[in-house]
Amino acid sequence: MAGTALLGRLNWLQAEVADTVAETPRTKTIGFDVPGWPGHRAGQHVDVRLSAEDGYQAERSYSIASAPDGTHIELTVERLDDGEVSPYLTDELREGDRIELRGPVGGYFVWEPALGGPVLLVGGGSGVVPLMAMIRHRAASGSDAEMRLLFSSRSWEDVIYRDELERLAGGGLTVVHTLTRSQPEGWSGYTRRVDKQMLDELGPPPSERPLVFVCGPTPLVEAVATALVQLGHEPNRIRTERFGPTGG
Amino acid sequence: MSFVSRGFHGRRREDADSARVPPGQYVTPDFPVLSAGPTPHTPLDRWDFQITGEVDEPRRWTWDELRELPSEELTRDIHCVTKWSKLDTVWRGVSVDTLLDGIDTSAEFVIELADGGYTTNLPLADVTGGKAWIAYECEGEPLAAEHGGPARMLVPHLYFWKSAKWVRGLRLSAVDEPGFWETNGYHNYGDPWQEQRYWGD
Amino acid sequence: MDALMLDGNAVAGLLQEVFGTEMTTALETCAGCGATEPIGAVHVYRGAGVVLRCPHCTKVLARIVQGPTRTWITLEGARVLEIGR
Repeated sequence: MAGTALLGRLNWLQAEVADTVAETPRTKTIGFDVPGWPGHRAGQHVDVRLSAEDGYQAERSYSIASAPDGTHIELTVERLDDGEVSPYLTDELREGDRIELRGPVGGYFVWEPALGGPVLLVGGGSGVVPLMAMIRHRAASGSDAEMRLLFSSRSWEDVIYRDELERLAGGGLTVVHTLTRSQPEGWSGYTRRVDKQMLDELGPPPSERPLVFVCGPTPLVEAVATALVQLGHEPNRIRTERFGPTGG
Repeated sequence: MSFVSRGFHGRRREDADSARVPPGQYVTPDFPVLSAGPTPHTPLDRWDFQITGEVDEPRRWTWDELRELPSEELTRDIHCVTKWSKLDTVWRGVSVDTLLDGIDTSAEFVIELADGGYTTNLPLADVTGGKAWIAYECEGEPLAAEHGGPARMLVPHLYFWKSAKWVRGLRLSAVDEPGFWETNGYHNYGDPWQEQRYWGD
Repeated sequence: MDALMLDGNAVAGLLQEVFGTEMTTALETCAGCGATEPIGAVHVYRGAGVVLRCPHCTKVLARIVQGPTRTWITLEGARVLEIGR
């Protein structure tokens, strides 16, 4: 599996839209069938390339949301209002449309069942996407690795994969939300940005040497990584992935 | 026929006057932010601008001194080598002619020096004669840090990487010294109308 | 910290194209401060080209420029690259 995903020349493949699902008001999941897809590992990316009729091209990198599943992959895309690529992917693409992509790429921000647990996942907004691939892969492979997700969203409506996370929770998977801008009535959970105290309360403690994956906007990633090191987590067991404002 | 993504146009203006758009460029309504490194935040009371190198005596201006020099408002089109162009951008700044006034030099080249270590090189003739400015306002506002504030070079007749963000000085030189991008593939001169993007163009 | 900063994961495709193999798990040693990190963890900036910087001392590790038919890469600040095979 790893071998086929890692080796060989990186070619642009044509991917056909199989279906689309609105996740939140600002995010959409797009499923693609990709003939020739070599398979992927949870946490890897694809590069997406769009071409206009006059030859203008735009390229972006997106995390794969789905667990390994033959030649089918899913991307969850957040619509950035002033973006160039994301509004096209979320608003324009229809079933049967084709785009070009290449991958999978990456290998640093990857979890596989063989790595075991405990695993701490910290995501902000659409930074949850590669973490969801890990959670789905854990479930699909029957792994019993202990996994905890700390997920920061603006509001309850903005929580991506909310229902699926609820279904998957339990049996070694813990899901904890923090809602930083607005909360539903009766909300008793966290209401602030991820901080040291929150990470300390959620665990696992540094003594259990969890493997940690942090993905989100750069300020969140920096704050979380710093707090984790202050808590005593080993820097080389913390893997980070930063989203930038240029991702549009 | 090459691949086309149905319905994809990008965020480009289709109404631009093509005579103002160099070959291979697309006009954008945005002002994309490109940076080779972290945004420096030099306090204005420690900021200065220096002219060094092949000069009788180096010159130095503090921020307040620079702001007291005569400034100009100008409207120019800018062209980035990554293929976006932005038309009618409005700037305020001090002409490099003003800074070089009275300086006696045998130099034929200039190297722009920026906070954070970025450099870019060009012939001295391309920053004199009303062709280059130290700009500190854009669209009527103080120049934002992400766009090079407090002050950046503005050399609009060349690709925009020749207009160093966070510029802190000019070094005059008898010899040409290729800068940060010119030593790694980008064209030494960078005329957008000749589409001089890369080595050998 | 800079909101514009990304990391090596963001250029995984570009690096794989240039080096012909997965590079985010490759290790670089900074010629400035001597720290060793996976490429996935180094800081990345997008200017006219791509700039890789050491996450510890911000020294430029590499500059990459892609033209239509050629790629230029200067590995000025990466003293060692350890690449899996």
